[in-house]
Amino acid sequence: MNAVVNAQIESRHLLSGNEAVARAAWEAGVRVAAAYPGTPATEILENLALYPDIHSEWSVNEKVAVEVAIGASLAGSRALAAMKHVGMNVASDAFMTQSLAGVVGGLIIVVADDVGLSSSQNEQDSRYWGRFGHMPILEPADSQEAYQMVKRAFALSEEYETPVIVRMTTRVCHVKAMVIIEGDRIERHAAGFQKNPQRWVMTPANAKPRLPVMHERDRKLRELSETIDLNAASTGSDRRIGFVTSGPAFMHLRETFPNAPVLKLGFSHPAPLDKIRDFAAQVDTLVVVEETEPLLETEIRAAGLAVRGKDILPRFGELAPSVLRPAIKPLLGEPYPVPARSQTDIFPRPPTMCASCPHLGPYFALSHIRNLNIIGDIGCYTLGAGHPWNALDTCISMGASLSMAHGMDKGRGESDAKKSIVAVIGDSTFLHMGMQGLLNMIYNRGNITVLLLDNRSVGMTGGQENPGTGQDLHGLPAPRVDFAKLVEALGVRPERIRLVDPYELPTMVKLVREETKMAEPSVNITNRPCSLTDRFEHLKPYTVIDDKCTGCGNCIDLGCPAIFVARRETVTAKNGKSKELVFARIDNNACTGCHMCVETCAPEAIIQPQPQLKDRVIRIQPHA
Amino acid sequence: MPESVLNILVVGIGGQGVMTAAEMLARTALSQGYDVKKTEVAGMAQRGGVVSSHVRFGPKVYSPQINPGEADLLIGFEVAESLRWLPYLRLTGVAMVNTLRIAPPVVSVGLYDYPADPIGELAAAGIEVHAFDAGAIAGELGNLKLVNTIMLGAISDHLPFPAEILKANIVEGFRAYKPKLADINAQAFDAGREAGHVKTLSDRPAANA
Repeated sequence: MNAVVNAQIESRHLLSGNEAVARAAWEAGVRVAAAYPGTPATEILENLALYPDIHSEWSVNEKVAVEVAIGASLAGSRALAAMKHVGMNVASDAFMTQSLAGVVGGLIIVVADDVGLSSSQNEQDSRYWGRFGHMPILEPADSQEAYQMVKRAFALSEEYETPVIVRMTTRVCHVKAMVIIEGDRIERHAAGFQKNPQRWVMTPANAKPRLPVMHERDRKLRELSETIDLNAASTGSDRRIGFVTSGPAFMHLRETFPNAPVLKLGFSHPAPLDKIRDFAAQVDTLVVVEETEPLLETEIRAAGLAVRGKDILPRFGELAPSVLRPAIKPLLGEPYPVPARSQTDIFPRPPTMCASCPHLGPYFALSHIRNLNIIGDIGCYTLGAGHPWNALDTCISMGASLSMAHGMDKGRGESDAKKSIVAVIGDSTFLHMGMQGLLNMIYNRGNITVLLLDNRSVGMTGGQENPGTGQDLHGLPAPRVDFAKLVEALGVRPERIRLVDPYELPTMVKLVREETKMAEPSVNITNRPCSLTDRFEHLKPYTVIDDKCTGCGNCIDLGCPAIFVARRETVTAKNGKSKELVFARIDNNACTGCHMCVETCAPEAIIQPQPQLKDRVIRIQPHA
Repeated sequence: MPESVLNILVVGIGGQGVMTAAEMLARTALSQGYDVKKTEVAGMAQRGGVVSSHVRFGPKVYSPQINPGEADLLIGFEVAESLRWLPYLRLTGVAMVNTLRIAPPVVSVGLYDYPADPIGELAAAGIEVHAFDAGAIAGELGNLKLVNTIMLGAISDHLPFPAEILKANIVEGFRAYKPKLADINAQAFDAGREAGHVKTLSDRPAANA
């Protein structure tokens, strides 16, 4: 069932913000949509892919996605690029200049900020890009607004010949809310590319005359901001505090202070400073509630208005009612209710790799070899930093493993003299931005052992396709890059390119041990698919024969979540020291029969039992 | 239609069907004319992490989030998770709890302890607790995936619309997309509804009384 595609005109639907964006873009006649997967924006393209009348694609990175959208816009088509907040950093080289040149077909960049860092390496406020790149920003507060604002954004983009940023946050992207669908697709025919070198060839001589045009556009957008209906004040009965707000913070604010006047900025950049001044005159105290940086606040203060904001509100995280209440109530001289119960003290459930995850083998190897600096990257394998592997030492940005490892090699200190440097990167991250780092390392005569963990999937975002999987966004067959040939072309000697089965633990350990001692770089490519994708073959579960288990705990070290500790026993070893034995058991419901753990078990206590087990219902045992 | 917003918190761990159950509640509420918002705090949940799904419906819903002390109903798919989210329940709240225990690796290897008597702690907090083994019911019906429907059946008599409407929505959904599972889900709903009627009484004085 797909609510987006099935949505009938004038009907109420429960849509996520991402689904609403897709539906609205389709209605607006978008012809090209591109993105690289990234939480919380991934589902925008997954939903756009359901419409056959749109060219939608997974691009290899966000810069490419934006450039694809720019090309379509110049051809006269409406185009959309979507990304998570950190994707904007990658894409910025393209849009910072396109904003100067302008657009033809409506061009919108939907950016999803992970306010609260549910699944990101940082928390950055993409509204800066609007100021930096001279682009207007629309900020929906829920799915209904996302649906309406995306359509408005396309029209604004064409009217003002500028890319428009639609700034979402996790709390819009992933909230399902009622959306009233009120339109159908309006087909727009592309006018075709009109050659105009003064406009589209951004040499210094051509770019310079565009600067005053861009600044004049800023002025007009600022005027628009004063009059557009997306910026509207609601009168409230309690005028002690008036709020200026944008995005989902508006919803939290309305929930917490239903009687306060609120000036809600749906078109938040350029800010309507005159409107804000008028609003401020009607209230005792003006408070800006914005996620996450004090951008509006700074601009309002610079306009000479007295304003409160980040002096009382946090500079990071969501401004949920539970945050707003204790921050704002003291301003009113009112007590706020303390939660009735204190937090319960329950164990954490840190994210872990999955049963049969092909990353388990490489991390088992890395955790058993000493004197390694392991430079990581963005993906599921970042979890290798956690328990029980503790075998990942850095994670910064997409593709950084290879280039950082190279720098660490060249800049090594005396304490690192005997250490080998390993770079760990996945297939999709390698294609996104890792190739350049490898090329650079080879060219500059570096020596890094590269583990290219090819699980044929963008795993962390839910198993999307990439040029290494052989399928496209639509699941259709696509040309599949040959990693061995690719890295050879980048300069790695063929003798130093190895394909390895990550499930073969002894081979994996031996390989890492050997390669890290070599005086020459190597790329070692694993070849098992992500166990959450359809490419993975589920086999019958294994079980532990209790009588044979000696409690050595080797299988536990694998970190497979299907293996758990059944019981512990402390014994006295022959040397008189006490030793803890850990007896393992396998969860039949979680085990997928990959056989990796069998290789850790010297007493051969892990076996594949009789086939009839498959049909039996086995409850997960309470753990001792 | 009630004037206030009903807050339902559905909690468990990744892969248990928490979000599916919340979606079903949200869709049913929408079909009954309510304004609805549903939000997850899932993080990297498909990897065994904590999942909580907030469902809010009423005449008009602004914030999608339920705040500590404001949930009317707590549906717990796992017993320690139910205890984790106890501070979100109102003092007069109702907790519908599956007694399943799933210990994560950090507990299994001994870094943390699993609470000894989570149901007892919940009951001692003075809330109305209904705890039962949804997995055992699902096992008797022959499919562990039925836990989801069983839990929805269990909470169905605490909603502002008739239980039959939620049941019909669930069963119709299966009838349309997985017809073979429609009848068994209808049975699971009824079994859960019956199990949910039994209150778990505390032998201790209520902590917040």
